[in-house]
Amino acid sequence: MDITAAFSEALQLILGADAKFLQIVGLSLRVTLTAVLLAALIGLPLGAWLAISRFSGRALVIVFVNGLMGLPPVVAGLVVFLLLSRAGPLGSWGLLFTPTAMVIAQTVLVLPIVIALTRGTIEELWREYREHLASLGVNGWRAVPTLLWDGRFALATGLLAGFGRASAEVGAVLIVGGNIANYTRTMTTTIALETSKGDLPLALGLGIVLMALTLLINALAFGASRIGQRFAG
Amino acid sequence: MRDLASILPLRVENLAFEAEGKALLGPVSFKLPKGGITAIIGPNGAGKSLLLRLCHGLIAPASGRAEWATEGGLLAGRKGHAMVFQRPVMLRRSARANLQHAVSVAGAGRRVAEALQRFGLEPLAERPARLLSGGEQQRLALARAWLLAPEVLFLDEPSSQLDPGATRQIEAILLGLASEGVTLLMTTHDLGQARRLARRVLFLHRGQLVEDAEAHAFFAAPRTEEARAFVAGDLLW
Amino acid sequence: MLDRRVTLGIAGALLLVAPALAQTQPNRFITVSSTTSTTDSGLFTHLLPIFQVKTGIEVRVVSQGTGQALDTGRRGDADVVFVHARAQEVKFVEDGFGVERKAVMYNDFVLIGPKADPAGIKGGKDIVAALKAVQAKGSLFISRGDKSGTHAAELNLWKAAEIDIEKAKGPWYREIGQGMGAALNMASAQDGYVLADRATWLNFRNRGDLDILVEGDRRLFNQYGVILVNPAKHPHVKQADGQAFIDWLVSPDGQKAIADYKIGGQSLFFPNATQPGA
Repeated sequence: MDITAAFSEALQLILGADAKFLQIVGLSLRVTLTAVLLAALIGLPLGAWLAISRFSGRALVIVFVNGLMGLPPVVAGLVVFLLLSRAGPLGSWGLLFTPTAMVIAQTVLVLPIVIALTRGTIEELWREYREHLASLGVNGWRAVPTLLWDGRFALATGLLAGFGRASAEVGAVLIVGGNIANYTRTMTTTIALETSKGDLPLALGLGIVLMALTLLINALAFGASRIGQRFAG
Repeated sequence: MRDLASILPLRVENLAFEAEGKALLGPVSFKLPKGGITAIIGPNGAGKSLLLRLCHGLIAPASGRAEWATEGGLLAGRKGHAMVFQRPVMLRRSARANLQHAVSVAGAGRRVAEALQRFGLEPLAERPARLLSGGEQQRLALARAWLLAPEVLFLDEPSSQLDPGATRQIEAILLGLASEGVTLLMTTHDLGQARRLARRVLFLHRGQLVEDAEAHAFFAAPRTEEARAFVAGDLLW
Repeated sequence: MLDRRVTLGIAGALLLVAPALAQTQPNRFITVSSTTSTTDSGLFTHLLPIFQVKTGIEVRVVSQGTGQALDTGRRGDADVVFVHARAQEVKFVEDGFGVERKAVMYNDFVLIGPKADPAGIKGGKDIVAALKAVQAKGSLFISRGDKSGTHAAELNLWKAAEIDIEKAKGPWYREIGQGMGAALNMASAQDGYVLADRATWLNFRNRGDLDILVEGDRRLFNQYGVILVNPAKHPHVKQADGQAFIDWLVSPDGQKAIADYKIGGQSLFFPNATQPGA
């Protein structure tokens, strides 16, 4: 099959809003958005805590978290797989080969990014705001909401980076999701599968959507930092 | 007779501060009664800002104490004293939101709209605070402190970064606050400003309180050698 | 006091996350670990809706190589395994991981190669002679190398040709460690020979210069079996629904559904549940 034909078929899939196509895109977005939201709910407070707390071993924790930002998706997938497999410690939950398992694996992938970025952003703000907030009687934990809000543009960029990483990865979701048709098949796993079947139009169509998504994420990140600069002065 | 509802007078007794084993301030003792503007003056490194921070409770002394008339310096559950820093921290929000933030975390005594009006900030209310000019930022910082209805206001070099026009504006505001009964304790490196504003002068040198005098008396005839040299404009070490 | 906007943000995020986490699971489903060939060929896309309409049971298929699919069953991560490597299936049951193996259907392997045919084997019926020629000429051969059923079948054929592939392998013999489709893609891109199951081949669209060169040899026969994972080993196995799927596959209804799956008028799989010894 030549590339031009594949390309035009791919465009038809996108423009014709093909049901199977939309289902795959929808699942991908649902899984990744949920993972990013979970990572934000856990990672923002945790990163902020890491930024303002002082304890022995803190530097080690920071190095460790920064290192985890480069965790290969297949390794994250493997770890979650081993945990969720019936033969693993959390096997009784019966979550392997479900979208929930994919959400967990992607949360594991995104979490270090969120924590590390939040830590960096909040620590810098904390240095600047500390005395002012203390003067208002706001210390320690109580400063976190203020710091998170004032770091909102930098943090949004971090969350978008996490979203980009999760939506583009194939290793983790393939291992823990099992690539089950109509159930755990995401854009990336479908591209891998359809390419191996030689069905290039579907793979290409999804590839185009992924590319568009990446562009959108970058545009949003750019916009966020532009608005952020306005407030940061 | 002591006012039971007041956190004043502030009694500073043998207050000292050190960092890494090096004595930076004190021991210093003085009493801050209600009313008026008191200027802390002295050369760089004399410990002026440290003294303000110790009084405001931002840092803990190595020894001695700064004691308010009511326990913990609390007035009806509020702190009763506020501080404006040399480089005021502007939150990454609009001017109005900067004021609202102070209200929401510290529990305000006054209304945001009132503060905007009084400090001439209404046209700037929706602008990002960090994009305001130095004088505007300082007004916003004063408005933010005023919102808390403090009985005592600490000011660290309130006009050191400002041009003469903005400086005059700030000084007018400070005199206005003092005339309304707010007690002001401020540092300044600008002797002219101390002359214009202060009723009382605390002269610090190398961490020691060298002179504590009425302003007119101090400027007319400093009692100590160091103060004389300082007022005369000589460099002091 | 919490900053109100941050509080609202957290509450909003929780509202968004909650439904995604508590997504409604369909009442009845089973997980089947199967091979890439059954999925890539499109058979399941044809069979499963028929079964679901009849029984209300959703079948979720995880497609892997036969070896991996059996491992998934061993760990208890599937209720049913549906694979094609008889010796391994028998061992799976003997080791107590499966309840009983049932024959379902067969298809056949075909030897695919470039139309230019550098080894000169086109049109032959003897797979053993063809493999000998490929090895003698040193023509490029793509091996799955992934412990799949097809890989096992390929290794058996080399053995039948009395070629010790471990010793004979060289630059001409490439083990790619991937699925059937990937192997076909590589053969197409590099003009290599490859052993493929007919179903995947018929469903494969990126053929390029490839064609069937050798077919019809009895030794290319490819039998599929289905096994219920042993509930005695893994108590959570959905015994009743898994058994219902197996019973349907070997029933006249299921067998007819398998025979009915055609591409371009050609059947891809041939039901033979009733054939003794299959």
